[in-house]
Amino acid sequence: MTGNTEKHDGLPRVGFYICHCGTNIAGTIDVADVRKYAEGLPGVAIARDYKYMCSDPGQEMIAADIKKHKLERLVVAACSPNLHEETFRKAAARGGLNPFYFQMVNIREHASWVHTDKLAATRKVKDLSRAAIARVRFHHALDKQRVPVDPNVLVVGGGIAGIHAALTLANAGKQVTLVEKEATIGGHMALFDKTFPTLDCAACILTPKMSAVKSHPNIKLWTYSEVEKVEGYVGNYKVQVKRKPRYVDEDLCVGCMECIDACVFKEPKFRDKFNQGLGKRKPVYIDFPQATPKVVLVDPETCIQLKTGKCKKSCAEVCDRKAFNFEQKEKIEEIKVGAIVLATGFKTYDAGRDPNYGYGRYPGVYTALEVERLVNASGPTSGEVVLRDGKHPKAVGIVHCVGSRDDKSNKWCSRVCCMYSLKLAHLIKEHTGAEVYNFYIDMRAPGKAYEEFYDKLLSEGVHFVRGRVSDVTDWAMTPEEEGRLVIRVEDTLAGFVRRIPVDMVVLSTGLEPQADAQEVRRRFNIGCGTEGFFQERHPKLAPVNTFTEGVFIAGGCQAPRDIPDTVAQAGAAAAEALALIDAGFVELEPNTSHIAAEECSGCKTCVPLCPYSAISMEKAGENAKAVINEVLCKGCGVCAAACPSGSIKQNLFSDDEIFSEIEGVLTK
Amino acid sequence: MSDKPAVAFYWCASCGGCEEAVVDLAEDILKVVEAVDIVLWPVAMDFKKSDIEARPDKSIAAAFINGAVRTSEQEEWARLLRKKSRVVVSFGACANSGGIPALANQFGKEQILKYVYEDCPGVDNPGKTRPKVKSVDEGRVLTLPELHGMVRSLDQVIDVEYYLPGCPPTPKLIMAAVQALLAGKLPPKGTVLSPDIALCEECRRKDSKPSDLSLTGFKRPHQVQIDPEKCLLAQGLVCMGPATRGGCEALCPGGNMPCTGCFGPTSRVKDQGAKFVSSVFSNIAPKDEKGIDAVLDGIPDPIGTFYRYGLSKSLLRRKLN
Amino acid sequence: MTEKFEPRIVAFFCNWCTYTAADLAGVSRLKYAPNVRVIRVMCSGRVDPQFVLDAFARGADGVLLGGCHPGDCHYAEGNYKTLRRMRMLERMLKGMGIYDGRFRLEWISGAEGDKVRAVVNEITEKVRALGPLDMPGKFKEWDKEIEELEAHINQGGPRKEKLHV
Repeated sequence: MTGNTEKHDGLPRVGFYICHCGTNIAGTIDVADVRKYAEGLPGVAIARDYKYMCSDPGQEMIAADIKKHKLERLVVAACSPNLHEETFRKAAARGGLNPFYFQMVNIREHASWVHTDKLAATRKVKDLSRAAIARVRFHHALDKQRVPVDPNVLVVGGGIAGIHAALTLANAGKQVTLVEKEATIGGHMALFDKTFPTLDCAACILTPKMSAVKSHPNIKLWTYSEVEKVEGYVGNYKVQVKRKPRYVDEDLCVGCMECIDACVFKEPKFRDKFNQGLGKRKPVYIDFPQATPKVVLVDPETCIQLKTGKCKKSCAEVCDRKAFNFEQKEKIEEIKVGAIVLATGFKTYDAGRDPNYGYGRYPGVYTALEVERLVNASGPTSGEVVLRDGKHPKAVGIVHCVGSRDDKSNKWCSRVCCMYSLKLAHLIKEHTGAEVYNFYIDMRAPGKAYEEFYDKLLSEGVHFVRGRVSDVTDWAMTPEEEGRLVIRVEDTLAGFVRRIPVDMVVLSTGLEPQADAQEVRRRFNIGCGTEGFFQERHPKLAPVNTFTEGVFIAGGCQAPRDIPDTVAQAGAAAAEALALIDAGFVELEPNTSHIAAEECSGCKTCVPLCPYSAISMEKAGENAKAVINEVLCKGCGVCAAACPSGSIKQNLFSDDEIFSEIEGVLTK
Repeated sequence: MSDKPAVAFYWCASCGGCEEAVVDLAEDILKVVEAVDIVLWPVAMDFKKSDIEARPDKSIAAAFINGAVRTSEQEEWARLLRKKSRVVVSFGACANSGGIPALANQFGKEQILKYVYEDCPGVDNPGKTRPKVKSVDEGRVLTLPELHGMVRSLDQVIDVEYYLPGCPPTPKLIMAAVQALLAGKLPPKGTVLSPDIALCEECRRKDSKPSDLSLTGFKRPHQVQIDPEKCLLAQGLVCMGPATRGGCEALCPGGNMPCTGCFGPTSRVKDQGAKFVSSVFSNIAPKDEKGIDAVLDGIPDPIGTFYRYGLSKSLLRRKLN
Repeated sequence: MTEKFEPRIVAFFCNWCTYTAADLAGVSRLKYAPNVRVIRVMCSGRVDPQFVLDAFARGADGVLLGGCHPGDCHYAEGNYKTLRRMRMLERMLKGMGIYDGRFRLEWISGAEGDKVRAVVNEITEKVRALGPLDMPGKFKEWDKEIEELEAHINQGGPRKEKLHV
């Protein structure tokens, strides 16, 4: 740990700091050797190594050295700049140095954690440090530009996550637009009868929140709507929302549902999507009695008037509010918001993808979501568990991990299936008194009162068979199996293969990303993990942030999770959005590009390359020069790379800086 | 000896066009001749190497050397003139960056000699005779300059004060350079004596360039009827103008031919070919590899196209063999 | 050459995808070859073909360029711009005698830490098999022929006679 205050070689005076990060770095990298090496490099006035550079004493050391040793540049070799770049910029500023006279070297994520050969890893760290020391000379003093933040928020998705986020934000006084693609909010939770492990009624806890959304003065609820386009940047997003026609004026309809009775179709005869196809609906319908908004809508695929224009429109006639409008068209509305919360949810695994379980082939095979509707008092059977053939089951098998923990489909654990299977086992037993079997790989009950719930089920006479079900068949081997479904499974506790005849099979399907997750995340310019769920900025420390500032994620769109976790995450996303808005402004990274007018030939090469139309020609005609609007520029640098006369420079990534970095890593 | 400043002209590997450019000064050349004492100009006057060798070091005010350095003789002359001159001006594209001769850097020496003396159609050389640096014939010793392994720019061999760009430099730029030298108004060492801004600035077709080219293909000049008004790039022709230093007043585009880049890049660019590629190809229309490749196929000789005058000074200098 | 050849590879990684993936590889403690030196850029679209050539000219044995998958660019379409210019650069590199995978363009998303490991290991092994490129050494070697004459002129001695070919 030496300081050489005397060193003057005409170069800016650089302070070099290498972090041990406990043993995270120092366990692989010979930090003292790197420090000694850096001391000898041109321009380096002081080089130090320290146990935790990011700690308060570490930062203080930097700030004090800047003053004491008159440092003009700062290089810190530690973790990823994505983690601590801001920390050290602030330390530089505390020492009186412009924060952009700083360069970070990533020697933990990119070196000590990924290499085992200590000598080679140390050599690599020396190369990277030398490059940073070489490039930091070319840095300029920069200022972050402050732009005001629009205080309004967009919440996308009206499941429990979106509902909770919207209410939290609205209660804090923010104007929220909640966009939901279905006709009602409520999401998956609205389909459930009871929730584990407390067995409280889902509707009883959800519907008050749904109506709070509807009546909240700060929430604009747009159901049957989808986000079409997102432009702008953190604090200043411009969003286009497509509002699909319901053919019923939302402001006039009071949800009396007399039109449904009056429909020319006397009986419901079309597939009821909300009830998972277990019930029927008419062309004019409402998803369920507590739908929010409580407004009917007309299905253009089945409505005679909309298909042929030749219906007597008895529905419209009976409406004393004159709410029907068969001429309604889709419209695009534009809103401006400062922050966006994405709570677009998940979809359940398509059980038909595992043909050995017979879903779609045997009427007695159901998905868990279908059973949720069957046991639901407001469901198609009013809560009576009756099979498709009208019989009541005497024995029911619940197959866990369908589309989860399986190399053939999805590798991940869907986190909720064990618990909802237990819940369904309880409810089926309660409703039917049938013998209920659970077929599980292992029981996952890691939550508050979850294990206790499992214990309760064990004492309720529900059967538990440990083993993955191989198939469901109607091929009977004994008279007892005749006319029934047989579950074949290796009971790994008993150690033999069993055949268990049942009347009903429930497939506990796993959770998957929404089918349009890729499109949606592109629209919002965020990432997806390999499995297709939205990518958080950091798995532990920034679980609701994304790599796009001002866009937050919550709930099942990020990963499978249960209701308590979803609500907690939605609250966190709302809090992050509030923190952004209440700051009142955002500071933009100053890595923008600029053009020297006296160097620009006006060739226009850069103009079409800019993804944000930030480049324009200063004036038409002769001698027109390209200019970059700094507020619109987001700092990709594509124009700087393409300028054929080298007249565009990107702050922090100028040619000088990058060439010196190349030279730096390659100097032997 | 005259008290007028001594000036030397010399040519290395060049076509003679740079010499023509000096003559193209027309009557202005008389002013030059009046003001200076020409001590070497092989293309026009008879001087011997020994005349130069006999001069004191740094006694020549300025040496204008054109052509690339390909042989030991050229190298020797370049070094001699460097020793005797106070200022060396690298004159024209070949001296500056290798020029057309540097296209030979795509081939090895042996490859070139074999082709020229053995394989080239029309060669009748059953004995596969090749020139030798030294040969003895009936007791008489004959020597020839040695061919170097690669073509070099002048500044890759000797230190150079200034550069006059172009194939050849225009009389206007030459005159301005000579006047600056005579007036003693010398810019910083290393300056290229031409505006440091790309050619589009001076091209009268500039306004006709659409902002979004999105090219779907490239054509060569003989394949199309060239519109005399419209931006040449917009017509799908490889016009190096955006990546080439101005100063020629867009002579080629003015003559309905695309710029081929003889003035070299601006001072802010290290490698003219790479930079041109970065600019024009970033914005071709296709997004998929197959579509992109189909557009690129319109340029059958990328090295010869993008480094027509600059292979010696390109970042890689020559092809690896 | 007595020292064992260790390839030196320069990589340009875009901040949002490949650099993040490399961070993820670190967090996941994946192990890979220590031969790559990463230079961070905000977008692969910032990578000027000059950077690739300069890296080779300064002694890189290989150059790796990592960006977001097509359609996934944080800046909408920067990676397409990269792809187009790099396709042409590959042809130019071939024209200059540098090919066989010394230069590689890969799309690696922020979630593909394992792909960083795989790609880095692959290019390292590929370049190791090809052997050193060593452009600085080649420049020196090529310039020997002009150093001879320089020395001769400086010493004023007789010119060394050599027979051609």
